[in-house]
Amino acid sequence: MANEPIIALRAVTKTYGTGLTAFQALKGVDLEVAAGDFVAVMGPSGSGKSTAMNILGCLDVPTSGSFHFRGVPVETLDRDQRALLRRRYLGFVFQGFNLLARTDALENVELPLLYRGEDRAKRHANGMAALDKVGLKDWWDHTPAELSGGQQQRVAIARAIVTNPDVLLADEPTGNLDSKTSIEIMELLTGLNRDQGITVLMVTHEADMAAYARTIIHFRDGLVEKVTQKVPA
Amino acid sequence: MFFTTIILALREIRRHLLRSFLTTLGIVIGVAAVVTMVTLGKGATEAVAQQISSLGANILQIRPGQGFGRGGGGQQAPDFSMADVEAIEEQIAGVRAVAPQAQSSGLAVRNAANWQTTVNGTTSQFFTAQQWALDDGRIWTPAEEQAGKAVCIIGNTVRQNLFRTENPIGERFRIRDISCEVIGTLLARGQGGFQDQDDVVIMPIKAVQRRFSGNRDIRFIMVAVDDAYSTTSVQAQIESLLRERRNVGRGEQDNFNIFDTRQISETLQGTTRILTAVMGAVAAVSLIVGGIGIMNIMLVSVTERTREIGIRLAIGAVASEVLMQFLVEAVVLACLGGLIGLVLALIATFFLAPVIQVPFLFDPEINLIAFSVSALIGIVFGYFPARRAAGLNPIDALRHE
Repeated sequence: MANEPIIALRAVTKTYGTGLTAFQALKGVDLEVAAGDFVAVMGPSGSGKSTAMNILGCLDVPTSGSFHFRGVPVETLDRDQRALLRRRYLGFVFQGFNLLARTDALENVELPLLYRGEDRAKRHANGMAALDKVGLKDWWDHTPAELSGGQQQRVAIARAIVTNPDVLLADEPTGNLDSKTSIEIMELLTGLNRDQGITVLMVTHEADMAAYARTIIHFRDGLVEKVTQKVPA
Repeated sequence: MFFTTIILALREIRRHLLRSFLTTLGIVIGVAAVVTMVTLGKGATEAVAQQISSLGANILQIRPGQGFGRGGGGQQAPDFSMADVEAIEEQIAGVRAVAPQAQSSGLAVRNAANWQTTVNGTTSQFFTAQQWALDDGRIWTPAEEQAGKAVCIIGNTVRQNLFRTENPIGERFRIRDISCEVIGTLLARGQGGFQDQDDVVIMPIKAVQRRFSGNRDIRFIMVAVDDAYSTTSVQAQIESLLRERRNVGRGEQDNFNIFDTRQISETLQGTTRILTAVMGAVAAVSLIVGGIGIMNIMLVSVTERTREIGIRLAIGAVASEVLMQFLVEAVVLACLGGLIGLVLALIATFFLAPVIQVPFLFDPEINLIAFSVSALIGIVFGYFPARRAAGLNPIDALRHE
C-alpha cells in the first residue's frame, strides 16, 4: 500500500453567500487521512466539521484550496464526475439512516448497484452478501418500518459497503440509537475497517464513540485545532 | 437499464396506487372521451353513407321549382310532361334509366286489414333505375302500362300488413276508390333516408294520373346515371336540355332543380366529419388538462421525495439518471392512463353505438393516435418536474424534511 494519504485537504476554505452576508465555514484546513485509517471528526456546532465532511464526501467543492482523493484533484471535477467518484469509491451512513421508505432492505442495499448498471442476478447476490456482513441476511424482505433503529442503520451500512468502497463516511451514525445498539454499530464499523480495510471517516460528538477511532481530528472555528493519534496497544 | 427503469417506475406507481390513479384520471377521461367521440362520429358518418346509398347510388332527382317543394316565390313552375321524360331518355348520353313518378297516398283496404300507404305511379323503368328486384311475381307489360291498367306491385311492409302470410299474387285490394290486382312483390329494403322504402304500392303512372290526381302532371323524374358516366356531367346536360324545353332564358334561374343523391351523401358525410372533428377537439382539451394534472402531481411528488432524491444523488446518481427516473415515471403514468382510457372508450362505444343507432366500428387509427398523444403528454408535462428533481443539491436535499 502506498504511503500517499488517500485523502488530502490543503488550504481548503469554504465560504457561503457573498458580500456582507458571506460566512466562512472553513478558513484554511489542512488534513490528511491514511488509507485504512479509522478517523473520528469532532468539534462543537459551527466548527466546520459538517462542511468538511461534505467536501470529503465529494458532495461539495471548496471555495479555494485543493482536495485530493486517491491523487485526483476533486475541486476540478464537475457535478457528474463527482457523482461517479462517489458511486465508485465512497459509502455514506447518515444519522437518520436515510433508507427508502416502503422499500425492502435488499432493494435498499442494491440501490448503488442499480446505478452501476449491474444485472439483476448480480445485484441480488451482492446485496445479500452485504446484508450478511452486517448480520441481517434473514431480514432482507423487511421494509424500514418493520426494522428497529439499529437494524435500519445496519442496512444503511450494508448499502454503504455493497460497492466495496475505499472510504466510508459516517455522519453521527449512532446519534439516533440507544447506547447498547450504538456499541453494536461501532463494533460493526470497527470490524469492517479491520477486516476489509475500508477507511472510515466518522463525525461524532460523543467521546466514547470517538474512542473506537485511531485518529481524532478536532475542529474549531473553521480550522483543524488538533489531531490526536491513539497509541497502538 | 432502460427496461429496469420502467419496472422501477411501475413499482413506484404501485407504492402510491391511489395517488397514481388520481393523477392519471385526467388522461383516462381525456383519452376515453376523444376516442369515444371520434369512434361514434365515424360510425355516424358511415351510417349516413349507408342510408343514402340505399336510396340508390348515381341517381338524379328532378323536381319542378326551386327547393324541395314546388315553386319558390313568384311564378309557379310548370310540372314536367311525359315528353320531357322521353326527351331525356333519347337525347342524353349516359342515362341508364329514366322514370317519372307521381306520388300520392291512400288507405289500402283488404278484408279486415287496412294500411295507410304511399302510392307511386311510375313506368317499368323505375325498377331498373332503382335496381330494385322483385321478390315474387312480375312487372307490368308495356301494354298494361300504356293502358294504365290497375295492377300493382307492393312493397314488403304493405304485403305484411295486408296479406300477412298469404300469397298476395293475383289477389285484389282497394286503395282509395279503386280496386287493383297485385302482380308482384318487392324485395325488402328497409329504411332509406327518412322513410320506410317498403311501405309503397307501385302502379303504372297512367293509372295513378287517371284515377288519383286526374291530370297528367309529373312532379318528379328519377334518372339513373350509367356507372361509366359522371353524374355531374349528365346533370349538366339534363339541365341545359330542360332549360331549353321549358324556355328558361339566359341568365334566368332554373325553374326546376336536380338533386344528386351522391352529392347529398357527400355533403352529409362532410358535415358529420366536421362535427366529429369538433367533438374530438373539445374532448382533446381535457387531455391537456390531464397533462397539467400530471405535471402538478409530479411536482408535488418531487418535493415529497426530496430526501430520497438526495440519497440517490449522494450514492452517486448522475443528474441525467434522476431526470430519466422521474420522466419515465411520468410517461409510464400517462401511458397507463391512456390504456385505461382506451379500454373505457371501447366499452362505452360498444354500449352507446346501438343507443344512438350507429354501427360499432373499431377504429385502430384513433386508438393509436390517442395512445401516442398520452405518451407525448407524459413526456412534455413530466419534463419540468423531472428537471427540478435532477437539479437538486444533494446536501440540501438530505437535510430536507
